[in-house]
Amino acid sequence: MDLFNIFIKAAFIENMVLAYFLGMCSYLAVSKTVKTAVGLGAAVIFVLAITMPINWVVYTYLLEPSTSMLSGLIGTEMDLTFLRLILFIAVIAAMVQLVEMIIEKVSPALYTSLGIFLPLITVNCAILGGSLFMVSREYAFGESVAFGIGSGVGFFLAIVAIAAIREKLRYSNVPPALRGLGIAFILTGLMGIAFMSLMGIDPAALTAGK
Amino acid sequence: MADTAVQEEKIAVQEPWLGKKERQLLSDPLNDNNPITVQVLGICSALAVTTLVVPSAVMAVAVVFVCAFANLTVSLLRNSMPKQVRMIVQLVVIAFLVTVVELVLKAFAFEVYKQLSVFIGLIITNCIVMGRLEAFAMANRPWRSFLDGIGNGLGYGGILIIVATIREIFGKGTFAGLKIIGATEAYAINTADGSWGQTLFGWYANNGLMVLPAAAMFVIGILIWIQRSYNQKLVDIS
Repeated sequence: MDLFNIFIKAAFIENMVLAYFLGMCSYLAVSKTVKTAVGLGAAVIFVLAITMPINWVVYTYLLEPSTSMLSGLIGTEMDLTFLRLILFIAVIAAMVQLVEMIIEKVSPALYTSLGIFLPLITVNCAILGGSLFMVSREYAFGESVAFGIGSGVGFFLAIVAIAAIREKLRYSNVPPALRGLGIAFILTGLMGIAFMSLMGIDPAALTAGK
Repeated sequence: MADTAVQEEKIAVQEPWLGKKERQLLSDPLNDNNPITVQVLGICSALAVTTLVVPSAVMAVAVVFVCAFANLTVSLLRNSMPKQVRMIVQLVVIAFLVTVVELVLKAFAFEVYKQLSVFIGLIITNCIVMGRLEAFAMANRPWRSFLDGIGNGLGYGGILIIVATIREIFGKGTFAGLKIIGATEAYAINTADGSWGQTLFGWYANNGLMVLPAAAMFVIGILIWIQRSYNQKLVDIS
């Protein structure tokens, strides 16, 4: 499949937040203002784009029995796929830690604006979910990179959109019991339905027509 | 070190196993401190699996199990764990328990395992488990942490099953696979002579919206609305 198709599909048609409802916790918790939402969105794009290819390498060369290097060393096929949850989450935790240290060194300004959100990303379901989807859809290496960046961009768009709506909403007359969390849930549902209209788009047909 | 351990044990023996405090740990997360509607933890999996009641119930049991035993393990380890690596230790404990659940389901309930797909794995990043570890198990004794885990798991599972019940009845006209409302060929309330082989509300046509993930957002949003109208102290003032 075309890499661009995978990117578009991951960002819009199969949007992590609005189609699969992954990464909801940070999506709802950090979407009170647009500024913080942009920070978290950018960090998620970054972490997804890095962890996805690394997890691909880990899965293909350590766990999957037919391509594993361990199988080559021992001579018999070893099926270690049951370890994938533990290894994926360890890679993600390590990467988030690493990204945090690199950003702190290279750009302290960016670090202070992202600082709080970076550790939060470890337990963002969208990251682990992305890696698990990558395995179940059997992407190749390049495809996993495109998928990672695409899902990150999708998360970014979704969180910035809801933050913008919630900023405007502060001046609306919402029933007291529905204020805050309740209305955010209903808004997300409406946004999810709006995003469903993108489902009819077939990116393969678009690029073929060109 | 050994002295404090003995002391702690003594206190634990003197206290009742299910005193007022302990019961509160179990009941609080069901309403006042519900993980989904108040703490906003663990939303992700709550939305995706709630189209049918049976997978939701399995998910609820899995989360109760993982939450309770992760709390217990981390609480036992809390004094011997260096602060810097605590996140990784916690994640390894959770990942181990989730792998156990995944393998058990794969072996004994393969149909449900396929329906839940990646969401079993996503219990690891389910913020409830991690959140309770950080907020409770790191600072409390094992037995209380264990109860807190069960309480929060049940609070989460309760919402999951309520949402799944609403969505399955209105979306598919069934409850746990049994047809109960709407016109149908497969009757749930059926007698051998077919005298009243009719489901309730025969005119009802299934609402396709309820099957979509978005409907879970509406249902939870409305549940929060109802809960907060009864429970004024939860209302968001900002």
